[in-house]
Amino acid sequence: MLHIVNKSPFDTNALAGVLRVAKKEGSAVLLIEDGVYAAAKNSATEASLKAAGMPVYVLQPDADARGLQNRLMDGVNMVDYGGFVDLVAGHDNVQSWL
Amino acid sequence: MSDDMDFEEGGTVKKFMFVNRKAPYGTIYALEGLEVVLISAAFDQDVSLAFLDDGVFQLVKGQKTDGVEMKNFSPTYRALEGYDIEKLYVERESLEARGLSEDDLLVDVQVMSAAEMGDMMSQQDVVISF
Amino acid sequence: MKFSIMVSEGPYTHQATDSAYQFAKAALAKGHEIMRVFFYHDGVNNGTRLTVPPQDDRHIVNRWSELGTKNNIDLVICIAAAQRRGLLDENEAKRQGKNADNIAPGFRISGLGQLVEAGIQSDRLVVFGD
Repeated sequence: MLHIVNKSPFDTNALAGVLRVAKKEGSAVLLIEDGVYAAAKNSATEASLKAAGMPVYVLQPDADARGLQNRLMDGVNMVDYGGFVDLVAGHDNVQSWL
Repeated sequence: MSDDMDFEEGGTVKKFMFVNRKAPYGTIYALEGLEVVLISAAFDQDVSLAFLDDGVFQLVKGQKTDGVEMKNFSPTYRALEGYDIEKLYVERESLEARGLSEDDLLVDVQVMSAAEMGDMMSQQDVVISF
Repeated sequence: MKFSIMVSEGPYTHQATDSAYQFAKAALAKGHEIMRVFFYHDGVNNGTRLTVPPQDDRHIVNRWSELGTKNNIDLVICIAAAQRRGLLDENEAKRQGKNADNIAPGFRISGLGQLVEAGIQSDRLVVFGD
């Protein structure tokens, strides 16, 4: 399952919900919109994201818009909108954590 | 509903889960989400509802909305059974974090752990969140 | 692959409709089909033709109209959500005794069943909201 998070972890518990609930096997996390702030280097959420046990993807256009391009933590994968589409197509199901 | 009538597709049954993570009244998502759930009953799909995080507040007993002049739609959750929608899943961790237990809820639900909820989600074909 | 999209927020305040649009465009560029975009909650406001953004900003409504018309995407505004928020097509305006309608070209107003149907008939339904 592809889990999409569009909120900053400093604003809502959407990412925390994914990390608590998601079945790790076969899942991935995609951070979009304000969700990309979770992947900032040295942020308070870096450790929890590293321990997610699932691949983490960051939507590059959203990271770029927010000035994060050179401040992202190691170990996350960057995708563009085409990559977003591939992730949705490549997982059996998708859930947006609104 | 005229737009429902033209749907005849040899019995495709998908697993639909409606995920509720927001409290009622403060925003309209819970109410309008429930409207989708009711419509979905007409399509003979395998429908379930998940309540986690603040979504569990939708189900608490004793909602009284006279003072805010908004419609109290909480009785509708009890009516879902009449629409053959009987899979109401509530995540235990979310309940406990809010000082609630099953006794505080106005409808019969299946309380499950976060891991069980995650399992349930991963088995769905369509997940619609409000 | 056949995709459908649900947009739950209006234009400009939230990024949801922008993200949905970019996703749709990218999916089409990869040869996928977008069967339907269903506008719900405040998302119905993406379909009013009275929108006049500043000239140096994107025109979110026109952008959807054009993408939909060019690629044969069914742009559906939920009727119940639309009526609450003051969006009417010609027929509905007449029926409700209102002297104006405001649906943008390429959009149509229909019921919630269209969302459930999109979930059944598409390979993936992706929700964009707040």
